[in-house]
Amino acid sequence: MIGLSIPARRQLKSLLWTAASAFCATGVSVVLLLIMGYVVREGVSALSLSFLTQLPRPVGVPGGGVANGIVGTLIIVGIAAMMAFPVGIFVGIYLAVYSHRHLAKSLSYLADVLAGVPSIAIGIFAYTLLVAPFHHFSAVSAAFAFAVLMVPLVIRTTEGAIAVVPRELREAATALGAMEHRVTSKVLLVAARPGIVTGLLLALARVTGETAPLLFTAFGSQFWEFDPNKPMAELSLQIFTYAISPYRDWHQQAWGGALILIVAVFVLSVFARLSFLWRGGAGIGRGTD
Amino acid sequence: MADQAIVGGKQSPAGYRPRSIRWPDRILSALFTGGLQGFCFLFLAVVGGLALELLWGSRLSLRAFGIGFLWSTEWNPVTQQFGAAPFIYGTVVSSTIALALAAGIGILAGVFLAEFAPRRLGIVLGMLIELLAAVPSIVYGLWGLFVLAPVVSGWIGPALQAAFGFLPIFQGTIYGVNMLTASLILTLMILPTITAITRDLIAAMPMRYREAALALGSTPWEMVSKVALPSVRRGIFGACMLAYGRALGETIAATMVIGNRPVISASLFAPGYTVASVIANEFTEATTNLYLSALIELGLILLIVSLMVIGIGRLMVRLFLR
Repeated sequence: MIGLSIPARRQLKSLLWTAASAFCATGVSVVLLLIMGYVVREGVSALSLSFLTQLPRPVGVPGGGVANGIVGTLIIVGIAAMMAFPVGIFVGIYLAVYSHRHLAKSLSYLADVLAGVPSIAIGIFAYTLLVAPFHHFSAVSAAFAFAVLMVPLVIRTTEGAIAVVPRELREAATALGAMEHRVTSKVLLVAARPGIVTGLLLALARVTGETAPLLFTAFGSQFWEFDPNKPMAELSLQIFTYAISPYRDWHQQAWGGALILIVAVFVLSVFARLSFLWRGGAGIGRGTD
Repeated sequence: MADQAIVGGKQSPAGYRPRSIRWPDRILSALFTGGLQGFCFLFLAVVGGLALELLWGSRLSLRAFGIGFLWSTEWNPVTQQFGAAPFIYGTVVSSTIALALAAGIGILAGVFLAEFAPRRLGIVLGMLIELLAAVPSIVYGLWGLFVLAPVVSGWIGPALQAAFGFLPIFQGTIYGVNMLTASLILTLMILPTITAITRDLIAAMPMRYREAALALGSTPWEMVSKVALPSVRRGIFGACMLAYGRALGETIAATMVIGNRPVISASLFAPGYTVASVIANEFTEATTNLYLSALIELGLILLIVSLMVIGIGRLMVRLFLR
């Protein structure tokens, strides 16, 4: 219909650009699938029961695993979550409930900017604060670095989740005589819970697999270590050490570790999105960065 | 504002106080606000502490080398001479190439997802590209080191050299781990950011713009290039700044594929070094206080630059997406 009146040259140009954009979008997806496929192919051959349950062994000794790294990752991320979740959620609540205040506006922007600060700089911060004064590396310092990485993400998703709660709900509660803290705890937080949980899961996914700050905080270990005050093994740190080593065996183990890491991160981020959709939230949960 | 007037009761006429609010509620309410503010100040303290700690940690280096630290090319722990130029060069060059590649591909991909893709395909591809953003950087590094690096030294490098060998950036021996490999890995890592934000920006454009352009007889591409993209160009600029900030600060993946040699070389086929990777590699080996201080100053430079770049980017994206 309209097409009849548009000269063929312009139509052809439009067609070519559309094809180019389709090529870009599918190309990016194909590269992702190629990377994932490669990690799965190489990783599966390294996976075995002993890989998941044993300690690392010296070069040349076959076998050995990354069990202490997996446990270390869980411990470090766990402690980080305990530090970051309360701060992130409470600041997020403040930003949403008092969104008209100057402090809230500037903090919201600050959290956005802080979410992009290089993790290595945060690692240095954790080092000067919690490693250097005590003269030894520790899992706690790594957890602190992770917490600083997570807090801005939790703040922003909590703020967003509360901000999309319909205004009428809040007004109704206030009209019934509920004070600010009751409106927040009994109405806003209940309505915003799916969105907040999504944010927490995405924050966990963000730090799982983060390596840079660990180099001089958790430092790594060859043994079982459960004391958060001591250097601790961590999975992504083990992958890094194995990958840059010259040994074929260790490269294979690095792929195995990468597979575990990717599965963990994907499960976290897919679950974050699904839990959000299932419970009927709207408006946030897209990981644009 | 409105809810505060109701809750506080002070601004209502004739000092009216609602009877139903009992005193425990008043105390709780005050505690609630105060507590939340307390957490806000804790957060502010951490952010301030981050900047101050890095500044304090780099005082030795700041005193010893002054502003010349930024352009001195010597990095020699034996003679205790430290200069940041090779690292700044490597960081800026690898990130800028990555941004140039990722902006072209990412904007087009975002346009496709928002405008041209059939609905279901758009959703599937969009989710795939968002998953790309969730992949840990260590995995990109691993893939870059064992898969991409051989491809660069075996195919991409020789092909570029054959076609554009007269350019200084494509001359010399082709290493596997080099600036080009690092740029390509960074490109992959920042693509999702640009694609996803471009898609969201264009999808948020009012439908009537689209309809007006098409009704005036433009082709779908003309609608995109003359209406959609110009109307969100500042948002897209912001997305590119966010991506640039991420590329500048990327540590592990760059460390694994850039070659880690502190020299400034015109050729993209030669190894380089970035600010973040020298910190990652040498921090635990820094034997003297001055050495450590120089590394912390590198961290400070990285922090300041990325705060500025991301600050601008966030401002631009915020203006358009909220």
